[in-house]
Order: sequence, then structure tokens, then C-alpha cells
Amino acid sequence: MKARCLLLIAALFACLVVFCGCHGSRGLNEFVIPDSFDVTRKHEITFWAKNDTNKTQTEIYRKAIADFETLYPNISVAMRLYTDYGRIYNDVITNISTNTTPNVCITYPDHIATYLTGKNTVVPLDGLLSDAAYGLGGSEVRFTSPGQSEVIGQFLNECYYDGHYYAMPFMRSTEACYINKTFVEALGYTLPDSLTWDFIWEVSEAAMAKADDGTYLLNGQNVMIPFIYKSTDNMMIQQLKQKGAGYSTDSGEVRLFNETTAELLYTIAEHAKSGAFSTFKISSYPGNFLNAGQCVFAIDSTAGASWMGTDAPLTDISGDKLVRFETAVMPIPQFDPENPQMLSQGPSVCVFNKDDPQEVMASWLFAQFLLTDGVQTAYAQTEGYIPVTLTAQNSNQYLDYLSRSGEDNSLYYYVKIEASELLLDNIGNTFITPVWNGSASLRDAAGQLIEEAVKSVRRKETIDSSYVEKLFGDVSKLYRLDQKGGQSLSTNGGGAELGALPRTAMILLMSLAAAWVCIIIYACARAIKKFLVLSQNS
Amino acid sequence: MKKFLAILLALTIALAIAGCGKKADDASAKDPKSAGVMTHAEYIAAELDTKVVIETYVQAKQSWWDDKATVYTQDRDGAYFLYNMACSEADYAKLEKGTKIKVTGFKAEWSGEVEIIDATFEILSGSFIATARDVTSMLGTDTLISHQNEFVVFKGLTVESSGKNDNGDDVAFLYNWDGSGEDGSDLYFNVSVGGKTYTFTVESYLCDNTTAVYAAVKGLKIGDKIDAEGFMYWYEGPNPHITSVTAAK
Repeated sequence: MKARCLLLIAALFACLVVFCGCHGSRGLNEFVIPDSFDVTRKHEITFWAKNDTNKTQTEIYRKAIADFETLYPNISVAMRLYTDYGRIYNDVITNISTNTTPNVCITYPDHIATYLTGKNTVVPLDGLLSDAAYGLGGSEVRFTSPGQSEVIGQFLNECYYDGHYYAMPFMRSTEACYINKTFVEALGYTLPDSLTWDFIWEVSEAAMAKADDGTYLLNGQNVMIPFIYKSTDNMMIQQLKQKGAGYSTDSGEVRLFNETTAELLYTIAEHAKSGAFSTFKISSYPGNFLNAGQCVFAIDSTAGASWMGTDAPLTDISGDKLVRFETAVMPIPQFDPENPQMLSQGPSVCVFNKDDPQEVMASWLFAQFLLTDGVQTAYAQTEGYIPVTLTAQNSNQYLDYLSRSGEDNSLYYYVKIEASELLLDNIGNTFITPVWNGSASLRDAAGQLIEEAVKSVRRKETIDSSYVEKLFGDVSKLYRLDQKGGQSLSTNGGGAELGALPRTAMILLMSLAAAWVCIIIYACARAIKKFLVLSQNS
Repeated sequence: MKKFLAILLALTIALAIAGCGKKADDASAKDPKSAGVMTHAEYIAAELDTKVVIETYVQAKQSWWDDKATVYTQDRDGAYFLYNMACSEADYAKLEKGTKIKVTGFKAEWSGEVEIIDATFEILSGSFIATARDVTSMLGTDTLISHQNEFVVFKGLTVESSGKNDNGDDVAFLYNWDGSGEDGSDLYFNVSVGGKTYTFTVESYLCDNTTAVYAAVKGLKIGDKIDAEGFMYWYEGPNPHITSVTAAK
């Protein structure tokens, strides 16, 4: 009898261990900063990086890795390159469930909010940032890293979520309006000191005038889309902000579907109907049309400045299609030019948690290395980015770079440098949207409203209140914003997300769990029975 | 007797194959479109942003993600590129090469590429696999665009330099258009024919780094003579998405 009891207890204990093991595999232990970083241990860490299909950026990453590995010979960094934030996001989500996330990853704060649905997935950086030995400017760090106070506070705060810093800014950009100034003046207009939406719409409609042969008077071509916006999510978000209208609350309540949004859609649809406005998703890259003399106002990231203008160092169109014109770079249009508002965007870098705190320390040191002046100034010069530290922004190297605008059409390409200066002059006018689990979906939805309205009007549909009401409902449902908080795993490409499991899936999973419990109990009972029979026989 | 039977059998098979070939050639007449379905000519004539309904056959699947599929399709008269068509993962698995589908969507153009977007589809019975059309002589001409998205072959190409590596040496291909990528990225390579040079692409969604064509392009040497098959994609001009590279015949 005693033996039976012991065996039963042993079986129950085994079950507990099994189930606890299952629970443990769902998350990692909280990261605790070790007393010291053991430089005698080898670490192989992975870095998922994003570049703008720009070889120089790739080379800067590679050089940064080589320089870092020289300083820390015990750490090797394997880089995986992406050209799209959305794909990084999707791959990270896929790898969270298998604990195979990268060590260091370029990311957007919106995405981190979703990563954090995994237990202890992303390392909170608060303690690391201020650690006297290994933190920013720490005494044991083998390179000159900026102090925490030297990281521009506004940019660092963009990485603050739910009471913690979960990332560090790597580069910052905003959007700019790249303008064919030659065309604007040919239409009889003068660029104002500050662009307004009214001005852009008016000039764009004027550019639609056609000759008797059907070509556009402005360019003599068959194609003219005067105003093209690259990221319509940004367009909607910035217009709403400028109007003081709702988008979302800090706690994740959706405010996007409101009357101001509807009014904005009516205006956008009106100009899409005339052909004066289109989007990247519907037509193509704004820069391609701008450079071919088929666009007057192209709004794109400052990080796309190298593709804008007749003499742009990067281009996707053939030389015979390029048209000569003067390019002006201005902040995005405003409803209230006295109080300009524009988005702050750009890559941040986060550190993923691992079982081994020493591995996390190795990752942290590499992430920190990306903030050193050498990396910051070099990378910022590849596009219309700006460095995120004061030390890099005020470095002689960077100031010299800015001062040489227009010296050539490559490193010192004036459009690129003017785009950077645009942001430097407007840091105080930038904003970010609230980050919460599902905010990435809301961003997608904001853009989808514009894309759908533009497509619909091109398809001869009427954009009225009943249309907008239906659109709000459809988009809300598509992105599951009609569910509380819209918690989800967004895909950058849009579409429905993984919210709560459907009831059928829950029933299936519970059935599977129940079946496994029965199997284990049955197996244990059989084993106990067999053991008892053998014991009695012996 | 055995010889006679063997010859008879061979003749029967030969005639049957010939019959099949004949059937395929004038199949457009014997494989009419269903009611309400456009012919390829009608599709070409349709204005952008209008609703189109077509029947076509899957030739290659480019990608699936988030219940959207991008597919190269073709009927006996021409091709249709289906971009981000609504498609479950289970249905995507059913879209084998040759599968006949009926597609309802909107005609659109993106950077010169004419495609069908916002589409839905249903699988029909029937099968057709296109043979590659030789468009070598059309390279650099205005007629090439009339074969947009078709399965095509370019013959007798010479591999040219696509750029330089870090050592300053000419290379036969690049990862991404400017060399900024790595293994797994799109491959770009230059070829010449008739004294003109063209850029071809191995699109990594269509043919990833586990495919034969990806390996073949990575193995190219400047000066190699090759034939290349693929789909006549368009991006600001001809941008063939290559699916097969072999030594020139």
C-alpha cells in the first residue's frame, strides 16, 4: 500500500514537472543585469537590420560589426538584412513562439508593443541605460558611447512604453514634400514659406489642364499625377493631428473613425477623382513620377531623399525619362502653418531576452555601439536621416557634412542634406502616435481608409456619408479594431490580424489538452499497475 | 508481327500527340470563355480601374501572405498578373501549375505593370501550361510590352558585368539592384544581345535561394552564353523575372 502511494505521488509529481515545463516554455525569465560581463566567454549574436536598399548603409552596418568585433573579440555578430520593417516584424513574431528571436533588431515602437505579448521577450533597457559600468557612457564599455543625457530625450522617449524603455532610437527621419519648383512657377504660383494643404490642392488641380491633343499642358506628356503620397497612414495621422482630431488614446481606445476623418476623405476623394492625387500603393513611387516630370508634389520620407530630383544619386527610371527641374524640399503641408506638426519616425533598436544574461549583455553592448558617433554620422549621411545623439549631431564630421550641401550629387546631394536640415529645424514640431498592443493595426487602418477611398473614386463610386460609414465599418472589422483594444499581431501589409482565438479553435485546443491528460493518466496507471504486478510476483 | 504491332502502337501514339498539339493550338476556339467572362483581347481593351472577369490558368505562384496570393497566370491568348488576390492558405496549395481559375477583380497599373487587384477567384476544371514564347528579337522594341506577364524565353544571351565587388572586380550578378543585399535577396544580372544590354532579375519571392535558377545565376560567369526563361514582368520598363537559366543551345 505504501509503495502504491509513493508511486502515485511520483506520477503526480512527474505530471506537475511536465506541465510546469510547458508553462515555462511560453516565456523567459526576467533579465537581471549580471555583476560583470565575462569577456572570456564566446557569444554569437544575431542582428536583424533594415536598410533602404542602399549599399552604403549595408557597408556601414558591416563596418560597425567589424569594429565592434575588434573591440570585443569574444562576440561575433551575424547580420540578416531586410529592406522592409513589415517583414522584420512578421519574422520576429514568427520566431517569438520558438524562442528564436534575434538578439538585436531594428524595429518600430509600435511593433515592440506586440512583441511584448510574449513573456519577457524584449529586454527593458532602463537599468542597462543607466548602469554605471555597462550603461551608456559606462566605465567598463570599451568604446566611447554617449551618455544617456546625450541621446536626444524626445527620441528616447519615443521608445518608452508601459513604464519602460524597450528600445533606443537609432536614426530619425520625418516626411518631406519634394517639389518640382519649376512646374509650380510655370503654373504661375510662388512657393509660400510654409506649405498648406489648400495650396497643394489648388496647384495640383491647376496642373491637370490638358491640351487639345490630350496631353497635359504642364509637361506635354500623357501622364501627370500632380500630388502623390507615399505613406497614406502617415498622411491621415498627420492631417488628424493638425486638425486636433482624434486618432487614439494613450490607453488604446480607437478614435480614428470620426467626422474629421470623413471630411478629410471627402477632400482626398475629390482630388483623386480629378486625377490630381494618387498614392504609392495605387500608382508607384512618388520619386519616379517626380523625376519623370509627371508629378509636382511628392511626399515621402526624408530617408528617401536620395531618390528625389533630376540629379538624384539613386533612381529607378531610365535616363531618357528623366526631366530637368529645380527641386525644392519643404516640410509637409499644414492646416495651421503657425503650429506645424509632423511625424517623427525612423528605426529604433531593441534587445531580445535570452536564457543567458551574458548573451543579453553582449547584445546590449552591440546595440549601444550603434549609437557611437562614427556609426551615427556615417549612417545619417546615407539619407535624409539625422543622428539621435547630441554628440553625433554636434560632431565636426557631421557639421562639416551639412555645410557642404550641393558640393556633389552623391554624398553632398543638396536635396538629401536639405531633408536632414528640415528635421533638425523641426524636432520640436514632431510628434508620435500612442503605442499600445494593436497600434500597428490602427496605423494600417488609417492608411487603408485613404487607399480605399481613392480606389473607389477611381472606380466611379460615389464617396458620400453612406460610403464612408460602410468604409469605417469594413476597415474597423478588417483590422479588428471593433474588438477591445484591437490587440493583434498586425502585418504591415494590412489585413486581418491574429486576435483572440475563435471558439472552435479554443474547443479544439482544449480537447487536445484533455486528450493528452487522459493519455498521461492512462500511461501512468498502466505503468503503476505493471510495476505492482512485477513487485508482487517478485 | 511484334514489329508490326510496335510500329502501329508508335504511330498511334504519335498521332495522338499530334492531335493533342493541334487541340492546344486552336484551343481558344474549343475552349470558349464562360458567359460574362472577358476574352484576353477584351481584357486588354478594358480601361484601368474597371471591373474585369477572366478565366485563366496558373503558371507560377509568386507569394502568399496574410490570405493574399500573387500569381502569374496565362490563357492561350495572353497573360494576367494577379496581385494580392484574396486566397486562403489552403486554396493557395490548390493552385498548381496549369490550374484553371475564374478571377473577378479590377484592372490596375503600377509602375507600368498592368495587373488585376482586389481580386477573388474560384477554381474550375481544366488545365493549360504555356510554352515559353521566344521574345529575344523583341528586346528593346515597343512590341515587347504586348507580351507583358507572359511566360517567355530569351535565347543566345551573353552575361555581362553587373557591377563590381568590394575588391573592384567585375561580377556577373548582384544581390539587390545595387549589391546591398545578401544570399536570399533578389538577384540582378546583366545580359546582352544584339549589342544592347538588359537587366534581368531573379525575384526572391518567386524563386528563392533554394531554387535551381537562383543557384544557376549565382554560378554565372561574365561571358557565359545562356538562354533564360521567365515571366515578362514590368517595372518602369521591361523587368523579366527569370525562372530558369541554361547554357545557350
